[in-house]
Amino acid sequence: MPSTTVTLHNGRRRYASNAGAYVVLGVGGLVMVFPFIYQLMASLMTNSEVLSIPPQWIPSAFRLENYVAVFTSIPFAEQMSNTVQFSLIRTTAQVAFSALAGYAFARMRFKGSGILFGILLSILMVPSELLLISQYQIVNNLGWLNSMPGLVAPGLVSAFGTFMMRQFFRGLPNELEEAARIDGAGPFRIFWQVMLPLAKPGLGALAIITLIDCWGALLWPLIVTTAQDQMPVSVGLATFQGEHGVEYPSMMAASLMAMLPIIILFIVMQRRVIEGLAHAGLKG
Amino acid sequence: MALSQINRTSSRGRTAFPSGPGGGLRRGRSKNDGVAPWLFILPTFLGIGIFFLWPMAQSVYFSFTEWGAFGGNTWTGLENYRRLVSDADVLGALMNTVVYAGVSLLSIPVAIYLAGLINRPGLRFKGLFRTLYFLPVITMPAAVSIVWRIMYNGDFGIINYLLSTVGIQGPYWLATPGVAIIAVALVGIWTSLGMNMIILGAGLQGIPTEIYEAAELDGASPWRQFRAITVPLLTPSIFFVTVMTVIGSFKVFDLLFVMLGAGNPVTQASQTLVYLFYDKAFIANDKGYAAAIGLLLLVLIALVTFLQFRLQKKWVTYA
Repeated sequence: MPSTTVTLHNGRRRYASNAGAYVVLGVGGLVMVFPFIYQLMASLMTNSEVLSIPPQWIPSAFRLENYVAVFTSIPFAEQMSNTVQFSLIRTTAQVAFSALAGYAFARMRFKGSGILFGILLSILMVPSELLLISQYQIVNNLGWLNSMPGLVAPGLVSAFGTFMMRQFFRGLPNELEEAARIDGAGPFRIFWQVMLPLAKPGLGALAIITLIDCWGALLWPLIVTTAQDQMPVSVGLATFQGEHGVEYPSMMAASLMAMLPIIILFIVMQRRVIEGLAHAGLKG
Repeated sequence: MALSQINRTSSRGRTAFPSGPGGGLRRGRSKNDGVAPWLFILPTFLGIGIFFLWPMAQSVYFSFTEWGAFGGNTWTGLENYRRLVSDADVLGALMNTVVYAGVSLLSIPVAIYLAGLINRPGLRFKGLFRTLYFLPVITMPAAVSIVWRIMYNGDFGIINYLLSTVGIQGPYWLATPGVAIIAVALVGIWTSLGMNMIILGAGLQGIPTEIYEAAELDGASPWRQFRAITVPLLTPSIFFVTVMTVIGSFKVFDLLFVMLGAGNPVTQASQTLVYLFYDKAFIANDKGYAAAIGLLLLVLIALVTFLQFRLQKKWVTYA
């Protein structure tokens, strides 16, 4: 991105000053990825290699059997499948319901919309942890502990998502909408055929934020799942115990496999992921 | 909070499309849209009613009750709140939050510095650098926590080994009360640095380059430029990141739970308010007291946000 500042400096000076930037960013970047490299290396070692003093950097042999062991020592396949289902159900529902409600708040007139929107905003201020006791009781009373309905239930709608979609719809021009209305299209058709296609970037950003958030979620799943084969993988990892005490290499292999799908998504859609997350600020 | 960021984008959106709702064309139509909007918001408000508003009301009620061992709760008035103000664990959790927030806030200058480097004109591999720094932001906290747990190990951990090569005897990071919370906060920095760099970097890019050019012509040193231009004009972004960091510090859970583990005495010495809440509500089954802790959390977060917005007037410069 050339800017006017560049032209002020001569070529040599720019080169010299950026050389320092490369070194600092490079060293810093190495620190940032170091845990991932260590994780990969340790996942291929024997347990005693991980425990060796001084630590070993490179495994003596690449023990891929550690990865196989993950599937036999814990119900890893089930846990991954739970995480996928949990994340997809929540993301789909949140995006769909948020788009509907966000559109209504942005473009429709109805009595009490101001008050309802105010309720929505005040919910954003409440730390969600406070609600856990009661949410747990509801799910427990429904007999939904250790089940997918129980896992997903409190996260099917989102005040934050509704707010974000409302902001997005407000930013869209309304000429198309008017044209469709004049052509006699009803509100659902206008929403579905005219506005939703225009809102794709907003929907995409919300979907990415929600997906990453769900994939890593720990606290709620930890509370409502106790059976190993009903847990998402985040809880599985947090409570990971091998058959014979702690097996570090399998642990590393499991954690690496658990985050790989999100890392791949991130690398493929890097720009949109960063923009989506930065746009929303942190969802906390 | 997230709001201020979104509001900024929204107001931009509104100026871009001045014929928003209520403008021009709409005025001729009937006063409201009938039943359709209610159907649009129905699913969301059904969910909000059941899983947000009802639990909110219940939490307030629970905070005045005590729970028996086999379910059922009895009204105890202000007893939980009386207990709250004299509970050493609550005070400890607040101290831990202060330490955690203090350590985390130290990363803001680092984030500004690195964001400035990445935004340099003519720098190549920007995308690669951004990926490297952002990677920890998106990865599953539970997964990275178990990696850090091994790296922090006092005996065979790689961190103490690296420190020993430069002659430093590292502590038992996760087994020493007082040190553990700092160790966890360092991982917290690692997971949030990339995000802070993006937010602060966006702020940096909003500063017009002409100001720096003028300063350079006047012979201002880079340090002077940083102090007199960058920091004042960046205060809105710094403010936003500060609020997020402090609020986040009250809520640390995943890293503590996975790195230190439940039932560990060091965890008790390093816990935050949310961890304490979890422990009382779901381990000790002391749900009435837990609800009181949850409400304390709500009040404290509201207070911090309010204070920071008040202080903002003193030190934030909106260009």
